[in-house]
Amino acid sequence: MTDNKKVVEIIKVMAEIIHENAQFLTDLDAPIGDNDHGINMDRGFQKVVEDLPGVENSDIGAILKKTGMDLVSTVGGSSGPLYGTAFMKAGAAVAGKNEIDADDFLDIMDAAVGGVQLRGKAEKGEKTMLDAMIPAVEAIRKGVDAGKTPAEFLADGVEAAKAGVEYTKTIIATKGRASYVGERSIGHQDPGATSFTLLLESIAALYD
Amino acid sequence: MVGIVIVSHSKKLAEGVVELARLISGECPMVAAGGLEDGGFGTSYERIEAAINSVYSDDGVVVIMDMGSSCMTTEMVIENMEGKKVEMIDCPMVEGAAAAAAESESGSSLEEVKQAAIDAAGESKF
Repeated sequence: MTDNKKVVEIIKVMAEIIHENAQFLTDLDAPIGDNDHGINMDRGFQKVVEDLPGVENSDIGAILKKTGMDLVSTVGGSSGPLYGTAFMKAGAAVAGKNEIDADDFLDIMDAAVGGVQLRGKAEKGEKTMLDAMIPAVEAIRKGVDAGKTPAEFLADGVEAAKAGVEYTKTIIATKGRASYVGERSIGHQDPGATSFTLLLESIAALYD
Repeated sequence: MVGIVIVSHSKKLAEGVVELARLISGECPMVAAGGLEDGGFGTSYERIEAAINSVYSDDGVVVIMDMGSSCMTTEMVIENMEGKKVEMIDCPMVEGAAAAAAESESGSSLEEVKQAAIDAAGESKF
């Protein structure tokens, strides 16, 4: 499905898309969070890109691990430890590999979801990034099992993630800063679920 | 003495809590890890790690956090400090810091310092 060079390209696209959407993500965070999600994610991914030349010839596991460590160090908000743990666990799932197939990609996504759950101690339905991640991974798994191409199962994943983002508008936040606004969080989409969808779209953008 | 680290998104808040707890106990090793490197709001892995190391001794270190990423980032720092005696305390930040500082200064163990901070949550204010 991909080699380490393509993983580097994907991460660069992630950083570009996060940068383009930084204000949008921060605006989403304003009414229900602390108004910093886009700024934080952008700062984190800029540092990741800055450090890519040092790891671009490493295996995929090492590239993902470094990405996670940079996010933990530089994001500054909850998305730092959450996405940081997700990338580090994902890296551990494919440690030493220079090429991965669709099954490895599923391992990466499962490890990422596990990492976010471990760190955030949240479950599906609490208005968090998991509400986009979990359905996306389920859709990708179905696609892989059905023998679909990466372009097809990634498109399925993006579609499920977007539906997950829509779902977050309908529920009350019980985890994270948004839980302080309680019922007033209804009607607002979750910034973390939105940024995850953008990251998945970044991967999908390199497959057609 | 058990070291104490105060972690907050806000540099001023973390420093203020240390300042206040120092009025109660001037002697214990206590330090603030608030905000990002540039002074902005957020939690910094490096600042928390450096703060823990700066007050570390064989007696150990307790960390008191405000909320959200303060807790998650601290948790990651501690996970990567394998073998070191460092623990997070689930307690109100101001009251917990004051109680922990007083307990640490009296030469108590890490467990006793931790318990004093947890017990502070149960104290009525009026």
